[in-house]
Amino acid sequence: MASVLAANGPNSLIWWDWVGRHTHEIGAALLEHVELTVVAVASGLLVSIPFALVARRFRRARVYIFAAFGVLYTIPSFAMIFLLGPFTGFLTARTAVIALVCYTLLILVRNIVLGLDGVPAEAREAALGMGYRPWQLLVRVELPLALPSVLAGLRIATVSTVGLVTVTAFIGHGGLGQLILEGLDRDFSTPMMVGALLSVLLALTADRLLVLLQRLATPWARR
Amino acid sequence: MSAVIAVATWLTDGRNWHGVEGIPHRLAEHVTISAISVGVAVALALPVALTLGHLRRGGLVAIGLSNAARAVPSLALLVLSALVFGLDSNVPIVIAMVALAVPPIMTNAYVAVTDVAPGVVEAARGMGLSGWQVLARVEFPLALPMVMGAIRTAAVQVVATETLAAALAQGGLGRFILDGLSQNDVGKLVGGAVLVALLAVLTEAVFALAQRIVSPLDRAHRTDARSRRGMSGLPGVPETDHMEPVRPGIEM
Repeated sequence: MASVLAANGPNSLIWWDWVGRHTHEIGAALLEHVELTVVAVASGLLVSIPFALVARRFRRARVYIFAAFGVLYTIPSFAMIFLLGPFTGFLTARTAVIALVCYTLLILVRNIVLGLDGVPAEAREAALGMGYRPWQLLVRVELPLALPSVLAGLRIATVSTVGLVTVTAFIGHGGLGQLILEGLDRDFSTPMMVGALLSVLLALTADRLLVLLQRLATPWARR
Repeated sequence: MSAVIAVATWLTDGRNWHGVEGIPHRLAEHVTISAISVGVAVALALPVALTLGHLRRGGLVAIGLSNAARAVPSLALLVLSALVFGLDSNVPIVIAMVALAVPPIMTNAYVAVTDVAPGVVEAARGMGLSGWQVLARVEFPLALPMVMGAIRTAAVQVVATETLAAALAQGGLGRFILDGLSQNDVGKLVGGAVLVALLAVLTEAVFALAQRIVSPLDRAHRTDARSRRGMSGLPGVPETDHMEPVRPGIEM
């Protein structure tokens, strides 16, 4: 074991000495990664809600909304960040966030619609019978009952956004992805390993935290 | 506006359509590597998933696999694979993409077989079909639409990830994007992005068509919740444990 540690150097997969000297830089990358993810998923949720409400109301609109978001979802992220360039500026943080939001839309709108569709008709009728206004019905009855599905969507969207942020590093806003690219540039494996492993760890952590939130917010859905 | 002109100029320049650096050659590289990866993933995952589904065993593994795999960013997977297996060839790229494509195929094929109506399987057994025959003649054909959907998800993801292979000094359409970026050539950069996007959408469309061809049953007869809700045409969005139609009990 001692010999392994002694042999650790610039040519090791992970040179611990480098890691020790760059904790500040690594921490900053991790923080940027979390920031971009939170901003993108929160914006995605805000954009998704009105689309989901329209999609639930009008069958025709539903088809078009899902078709449009489906195409966005299919476009590879590495292409998306440059396709947006002419419109929102190459290498801007705005472009990175817009691209990230694009990938959350299909997941979130689908899950909100599925959740609202799953609300039992009896619950809706009971609320209407109690004199709820349509707006109250939505906020106090339908959305809470749709919560398990909405949170499940939020979980998928968050985990996939953590992965996609490594790609937005190509336009200079990518948190841990920045470490990966830096390592590729310099042919130096340590930052590559640190960036890749930490992004996996971050995605797993986000996944676990959201499962926890799911359990806390919807105790009735426990199996 | 100038970007649009630059892209149009780049796409229509005859010099970009010849040789090793040309669009046809890069496209061929991209499609070949993607096809090999998806092919290997199908060959590895499908027999295992179908057998497990037939035996109704190992569901936790088959389903847990894709939940765990979703947490691994594809760029991270590519880089880790390149570091472990070396950067000299396409092999680490294929390995990474197979690892990416196996989980969705595995999970969906397993679920597709277990979803076949029990009555149909019993009827087949009653007619004297052996276990193997039930799988080959009844369960597999009925599972095929969903299996095809899984391959479609995997293929689109692989085509997208192969783009990133350019960052590891390999070919494919991603080269144009990366070279355009380093050469400050907007036409090449955005033109490459347009080609990548078109290829991904085309892949999605081809597999959607294949899925439709192998789904002769009427929409109304399908058993999965998504198609009943008119969402069967969606690209492969990963699903989780709560994805079934949510019917929370009302507790007051």
